[in-house]
Amino acid sequence: MTPEPVIEVRNVFKSFKAVEAVKGIDFQLNKSEFAAILGPNGAGKTTLVEMIEGIQKPDKGEILLWGMSWKGNETVLRKRIGISLQETRFTDKLQVWETLKLFASFYELRTDRVQEILEKIGLEEKRKSYVVNLSGGQRQKLALGLALLNNPSILLLDEPTTGLDPNARREVWSILKDLRENEQTSMILTTHYMEEAEQLCDRIIILDHGKILRSGTLKELLDNENLSGHPFSAAAPKNLDELFISLTGRHLHE
Amino acid sequence: MNSSFHLPGGICMNRTIHLYQLWQLITAYLKEIIREPGILFWGIIFPILMSLGLGLAFTKKANVERKVAIVNFDSTGTKAVTSPFPLLTFLRQFGDVRKKADGKEESYELTLADENLGNTTFLFQVMNWPDAMVRLKRGTLNLVLVPKGRLPEYHFDPLNPDAQLTYLKLAGIFGQPPLSTENQAGLIKPLTVKGTRYIDFLIPGLIAMGVMMSSIWGISYGIIEKRSKKLLRRMVATPMKRSHLLIALMTVRSGMNFVEALLLFCFAYFAFGITITGSIPALILLFFAGNIAFAGIAVFISSNTSSTEVGNGFINAVVLPMMVLSGIFFSYHNFPEWSLPFIQLLPLTMLADGIRSLFIEGAGMVQVAMPSLILLMIGTVFFTAGLKLFKWH
Ligand SMILES: Nc1ncnc2c1ncn2[C@@H]1O[C@H](COP(=O)(O)OP(=O)(O)O)[C@@H](O)[C@H]1O
Ligand SMILES: [Mg+2]
Repeated sequence: MTPEPVIEVRNVFKSFKAVEAVKGIDFQLNKSEFAAILGPNGAGKTTLVEMIEGIQKPDKGEILLWGMSWKGNETVLRKRIGISLQETRFTDKLQVWETLKLFASFYELRTDRVQEILEKIGLEEKRKSYVVNLSGGQRQKLALGLALLNNPSILLLDEPTTGLDPNARREVWSILKDLRENEQTSMILTTHYMEEAEQLCDRIIILDHGKILRSGTLKELLDNENLSGHPFSAAAPKNLDELFISLTGRHLHE
Repeated sequence: MNSSFHLPGGICMNRTIHLYQLWQLITAYLKEIIREPGILFWGIIFPILMSLGLGLAFTKKANVERKVAIVNFDSTGTKAVTSPFPLLTFLRQFGDVRKKADGKEESYELTLADENLGNTTFLFQVMNWPDAMVRLKRGTLNLVLVPKGRLPEYHFDPLNPDAQLTYLKLAGIFGQPPLSTENQAGLIKPLTVKGTRYIDFLIPGLIAMGVMMSSIWGISYGIIEKRSKKLLRRMVATPMKRSHLLIALMTVRSGMNFVEALLLFCFAYFAFGITITGSIPALILLFFAGNIAFAGIAVFISSNTSSTEVGNGFINAVVLPMMVLSGIFFSYHNFPEWSLPFIQLLPLTMLADGIRSLFIEGAGMVQVAMPSLILLMIGTVFFTAGLKLFKWH
C-alpha cells in the first residue's frame, strides 16, 4: 500500500520585512502519520504551521491539504482540521464547559460531544471552573480538547507543552498517544523538546533558520548521522539534542 | 477521494444551526461581560450616581440656613448696647421663634416656609461685637444685627452674595409691613417647572453618553482584547461565521445599553419625576439608531490594532471630544457660532438632542426620523469600512 499524503508542502517561502522566517520548505505528511517539527525558538515553526493552517499565506510555494489549497476551500478544510495555536488565551470568565460548548457550536456539534471531549482531556472535575482559574497544564488540555472537538482528520499543534512541568506534559502526551492508537488522525506538532518528538512522533523534521536540516525517524536520524557525519567518532550523537549541536553548534533550547 | 472523509455533524447548513451558533456566541459574550464586576458599577451605578450628584447640585430647592448675629454688648464686652428681645418679639409675628437650648450661647431659630424657593431658616445668635466680627471673617456668620429700637442696623460684606441675600430678606421683614409668603410667591416666579430644570437637560444627555461609552468601550475593547489574546484568530480558524461574532458583540451591547438606559430612566423617574413627553416608538427607533452608529464606530476603531494601549488612545480620541462638544452636561450653544454646524453633526449630539426632544419637548417620529437615519448611515459606513480593514489574524 502506497502512503496516502494528506499534507503536501512544496517549496514554501515566507518573510516578514527583514526576516526570512521560512526559506524553501518541502515535505509531506501521510495519513495517520505523527510528525514533529523540532527546532529552537525562532526556527520558523509557528510560521510554517500557521501557513499549513491557512492562517498565514506563503509568499511563494504551495500547500495542499488532501490535494486542496486553502484558496476557495476554506469552508471545507476548516471543518476537517483541528488546531491549537501557540499562546491562545481563552476568555477568562467562561467556564471550561461553556468554552467547549461555544466552540462545539462552530462545528455544529451538540453537548454529547462536549461531554466526550471533557472526559478525553480529563477535565470533568474542572467543567465549572473559569478558564482564568486553570493551571497552565489544564489550559493546554483545554486547548487540545478544543482542537479535537470535530474529530479532526488532521491535527496541528503548535508547542502544546511548552512551559509545562513534566507531569502536565506527560498528561498531554498520554492524550495524544491514545489518539494515535485509536484514531486515524494525522498530526503535526512543533516542539523544542526532543523527548516530545521521540515519544510521540513517527517522523521528526529538524528545522532551523527556516530550513529543514534533517528529516526521518529517530533511528534514521541518529544512524545516518553516525554513518555519514562522524563515523567511529566519539562525538557521534546519541540523542536529538546532540544531533542538533553537531549540525548547528547550538542547543535546541536555552 | 474527498468524499471518503467523514464530516462530523454532517453538512447540514440550515438556519437553525446558524441561529444556534449565533445564540452560543451571544450567551458566551453576555456571560463574559456580566461576570466582570466593573460592568455593574460603570454601566449602571456610575450613571445613576452622576445624575444624582449633578441633579441634586443643580436642581435641589435650597433649604438654606442663614446665620445672623444679634449683638447685645459693645466692643469691650461689658456695656450692654441694647436688649435683643424687642427684635425677637417683633419677629414672632412671622413664625415660631424657638429658643435653642443646646450650647452655651443664646440662640433663636425662625423658619420662613416657602414652597417655591425653599425654606429659609434664620439662626439668630446673641453675642458681643468682637465675637461677631471674628465669625463674620471666618464665614460662619452671614450678617450682624445691632438692635436700634425696633429696627436693627445691618453689618455685612456687600460683596458677598449670601450676605446680600440675607440682608434683603431681613430688610423685607423689618422694613415693610409684614408680607405674607403667598404674596411673595405671586411676585417671584422661580424656574422649578418640570422640563426646564437642569436634571431634565441632564438625564437624556447621560442616556446618550451611556450608549456611546458602553458601545465604544465594550465592543472595541472586546474585539481588541480578543485579538491580543490570539483568541480572535483561534475562533476564525474554525468554521465559525465571522459576521456572527460581530453581530453577537453588537447585540449583547445594545441589549445591555437598553437595560442601563432603562434603569437610569427609572431612577430619574422616581427621584426627579422625569417623564417622556414624546413618542415612545420614536424613542426606540432613535435609541436603536444610536446603538448602530456607535457599534459601527466601535468596529472601525478596533478593526486593526491588537494593542490595548493603542486601542485606549483611539477610543479616547473619539469619545472625549464628543463628551465635551456634544452638550451632555452643558449646552453646546455657548461654543462659537461657526462651530455649531459641526457639533450638530456629531453622532453624540444627534443622539442627545434627539432624546432630549423626545423627553422634554414632546417630539415624535417626524422630528427624529432624520437624525435616526443619519445615525444609521454613520453606523453602516463605519461598520463597512471597519470590516474592510478588519484584521482577523
Ligand atoms: N508577524 C511577524 N512579524 C515579524 N517577524 C515575525 C513574525 N512572525 C515571526 N517572525 C519572525 O520570524 C522568525 C520565525 O518565527 P516563528 O515562526 O515564530 O519561530 P518559532 O515558532 O520556531 O519560534 C522569527 O525570527 C520571528 O521573529
Ligand atoms: Mg513558535
